[in-house]
Amino acid sequence: SDLERSHGFNVTLREFGCEQCLLSRPDGSSSFIQGDTSVLAAVYGPAEVKVSKEIYDRATLEVVIQTKVGLPSVKERSQEQCVRETCEASLLSSLHPRSSLTLILQVLHNDGSLLSCFLNAACMAFMDAGLPMSCLFCGVTCAIASDGQVITDPTATQEKESRALLTFAIDSTEQKVLMSSTKGSFSVHELQECIAISQMASEKIFQFYRESVQRRYSKTL
Amino acid sequence: MESCLKVKVGAVLLPGDVFTFIKTDTISLTESLKDEKIICGPGLRRNGDDVVVCKSGVLRHKNPNLYWVDSQQRRYVPVKGESVIGIVTTKSGDVFKVDVGGSEQASLSYLAFEGATKRNRPNVQVGDLVYAQFLIANKDMEPELVCIDSSGRANGLGVFGAGGLLFKGSLGLVRRLLTPQNEILKDLEKLYPCELVLGMNGRLWVRAATVQKTLIVANLLESSENMSAQQRRTLFKRVADGNL
Repeated sequence: SDLERSHGFNVTLREFGCEQCLLSRPDGSSSFIQGDTSVLAAVYGPAEVKVSKEIYDRATLEVVIQTKVGLPSVKERSQEQCVRETCEASLLSSLHPRSSLTLILQVLHNDGSLLSCFLNAACMAFMDAGLPMSCLFCGVTCAIASDGQVITDPTATQEKESRALLTFAIDSTEQKVLMSSTKGSFSVHELQECIAISQMASEKIFQFYRESVQRRYSKTL
Repeated sequence: MESCLKVKVGAVLLPGDVFTFIKTDTISLTESLKDEKIICGPGLRRNGDDVVVCKSGVLRHKNPNLYWVDSQQRRYVPVKGESVIGIVTTKSGDVFKVDVGGSEQASLSYLAFEGATKRNRPNVQVGDLVYAQFLIANKDMEPELVCIDSSGRANGLGVFGAGGLLFKGSLGLVRRLLTPQNEILKDLEKLYPCELVLGMNGRLWVRAATVQKTLIVANLLESSENMSAQQRRTLFKRVADGNL
């Protein structure tokens, strides 16, 4: 696009795929595919909550990440917190006090950009469940290679060879950063460049959300 | 703002879409200034002078000024005035606790039945199905159900359920079945005579002449949600011909 060319950025994302309402038991479910990375998300809520976990004026959001093999470890716990903070910022949880919202993310295949794939699948699942949201959110991962080049939506090999990996959650109304998770060393200028690239990439992702939801509702129209 | 909402009727909206009230600096000398009033239904919220969409779905409009977002949902949230099918879970003192599929159980007083007094208690057991209406349903209080209307008559509400089958569908399916003169029920009437109770919480109850016919009707209703009208008519025809 013109904005990309004027800034000299090249925002290339892998091919997206998305499907909503694939599981029959959860209230909302979605699968999101970015290249070879594939994640399945399921949402239950607003449902009954244990008295020990209930919050008097908001819904209690719980995120559970299941990996393909093995038990969840500290890495999954920290990813769960990143996803949970993003969701809390965009869900209107004050409309369902003393209820529980549960989000379960299952890794089907990990080929890089896993945290942003979690965020995208979570947003589509919340929309499918009909939970009230103030805005949409999406995740974008940038990898900085050793020569300083920024790669968006990196594969697993590109992530391994990078010197820094940054994931941002961007909101749909003002393109602001809701959450950031970074690994490696980078300069302040590189951080700002990655944020700008992520904001440009998020426009493509929100356009993709819109087309997916239109395709889904086109059956009943 | 009404004009920018009217343009989008029938379009798919996503959470975060905003409709702003455009204040014009010029006042027309020929048209009279009229106050625009818009009633926001489910899926739309007021944010100052803007109307913000909070659920994904299709924008619908009803004259004169009612707008709402029609979304496909499975989980029920209690709303005052809606009639639902509940399952009695406990009897504690003067109150029954009823599971309506929401985030908490609703309470149903034993005096809220037709002809019930302190001496004449209604015959309700744990596990019974009740068709009741929400008297109180908001996010801050425990929901309350009643089985009488405002004049004290049952009017179709109360305990029911012997011999039928209860199953779950999506909220959209029940809304479609409740629209007057809808195609699915018209086709079903021609098939078998049956009794249907539709709860706005996504629960449906069916009773037909035999157990097999009850199961057939239940399966037809469940599958008609995801079918186009043509596919549904061919399926109903196959059943009527006795091929299923």
